[in-house]
Amino acid sequence: MAHSAALLLLADGRLPAGGYAHSGGLEPTVHIHGLTDVAGLEGFLEGRAATAGLVAASFAAAACRAAQTGQHALLCELDRQLDVRTPSKATRAVSRALGRQLLRAVTSIRSIDVPAQSRRDMHQPVVYGMAAAAFGLEPKQAALIVLHESVAGPAAAAVKVLSVDPFAVQAALARLTDFLDTLAQQAGEHADTPPDDLPALGTPLLDLAAEHHRNWGVRLFAS
Amino acid sequence: MTARATLATRQDFDHTGRPVSKVHTLRSQAPLILRPTHSKEPEPQVLRTGSVARVSLVSGAAGPLGGDDFELNIRVGAGSTLLLNEISSTLLLPGARGGRSSMRINIAVEEDATFVWMGEPIIAARGCHHVHTINIDLAASARLFMRDELQFGRHKEQPGNLLQNMRVKRDGQPLFCQQQQIGPAAVGWRSCAVLGQHKCIGTVLVVDPQWCANQPPTHLFSANAALLPLEGPAVMISALAAETWTLRKHLEQGINLLGGRWSVASTEPAREDRQADRHRRTSDQAIPISETIRQGNDYEYTN
Repeated sequence: MAHSAALLLLADGRLPAGGYAHSGGLEPTVHIHGLTDVAGLEGFLEGRAATAGLVAASFAAAACRAAQTGQHALLCELDRQLDVRTPSKATRAVSRALGRQLLRAVTSIRSIDVPAQSRRDMHQPVVYGMAAAAFGLEPKQAALIVLHESVAGPAAAAVKVLSVDPFAVQAALARLTDFLDTLAQQAGEHADTPPDDLPALGTPLLDLAAEHHRNWGVRLFAS
Repeated sequence: MTARATLATRQDFDHTGRPVSKVHTLRSQAPLILRPTHSKEPEPQVLRTGSVARVSLVSGAAGPLGGDDFELNIRVGAGSTLLLNEISSTLLLPGARGGRSSMRINIAVEEDATFVWMGEPIIAARGCHHVHTINIDLAASARLFMRDELQFGRHKEQPGNLLQNMRVKRDGQPLFCQQQQIGPAAVGWRSCAVLGQHKCIGTVLVVDPQWCANQPPTHLFSANAALLPLEGPAVMISALAAETWTLRKHLEQGINLLGGRWSVASTEPAREDRQADRHRRTSDQAIPISETIRQGNDYEYTN
């Protein structure tokens, strides 16, 4: 696989892109649904990867291809299509905030061609696609980064939110690797899919959890 | 079995010159039977509309069964109002020789037209394999009210495979796009990130161009239900429940928060304005459930 080191750099949790402040909906889910153990966490991660993860990864793949070919209007269209796939206002805001932070981190390393038409912060998966293209990565690799992020973020947060063994959490992540590869393959195949036809799998419980979480007075994570 | 049905309305004028909504195309093909009907219960969504064309969708046979392919095309002509309801739930069943069933519903709502669609639950029985696709094209000044409920299996039954695609465009631009996938082929759908152990999910999607200026705020009126403003003049009421009665009560509670023409609780303009004001002030705060239930009781479902 070409540019593997760049892939690891972008997927690294130590990339200062703000991901560490987010639990991807795990914090509210633990309280609402009473998750207590690693089995519950694994189910959460699997469901999240298969739905929101696949959607984000497909958009990253499509955005990577759009950035490779310099199609700025398509990048803006992808950004708008993510809005219509995200019913929760809180989730939309988080995705844009993470996109802004990621863009800031990546533009300080590499020059990125940001569409001049975009007046708002772009959604995180679209920025991941643009960043992957800037590092010479392929759409499927962009999808893999996003899928990794979609489970690694909540898994890291789980150690703080739940009293679980960090090694058991890593074991759960390890069990999901084959599944993530399958999803990355699927998402990579969407690189040239018209924006209208990209996956739009919903996460009704995560939407509700995100809105409940936003109203909490005290919370450990931003989302 | 293959079936195609078409329904179209347009605005005509009666002898006094008043506009009336009329059905001008009604083409049924079993089992998609379309029948002009009269209302048997209050229908507040069209209460303040002058004239309504009212049609019921009746299922003329069991299913859809595996192998069936159905298509329903609806056009709500400029200025007209169409209320479409269903007589019963839809039970998705496996076919005798397996196979996938599909249902496509294409809806176009023209300028100044209103489409109200009171769907009954779609129940995914064990072994079913169904793809349900709803495509809606709205003109910029069109209004939409759509209720959609999915139940995962009959009583004490695990569901088969169901993929639902719902896509709404307004003025040619995407407004809403969601898929739900359930069943043995859908990985992780029982996860507490997706649908958990709930038995049914309900959605009410309302598009009203009046909200271009002032959209209803986010409102979490229950642990498992919320009113979510979308990007654009539209809101989605989303609810999950253990059975469809509770689900419908949740959805109704959400509809009552919309105020104005959409609320089912209020029939007098003065009262609904006060309610709308109160909800605007208490945005994002959970209001006591007992209070909303009392509002909901003004309007009872009889079926």
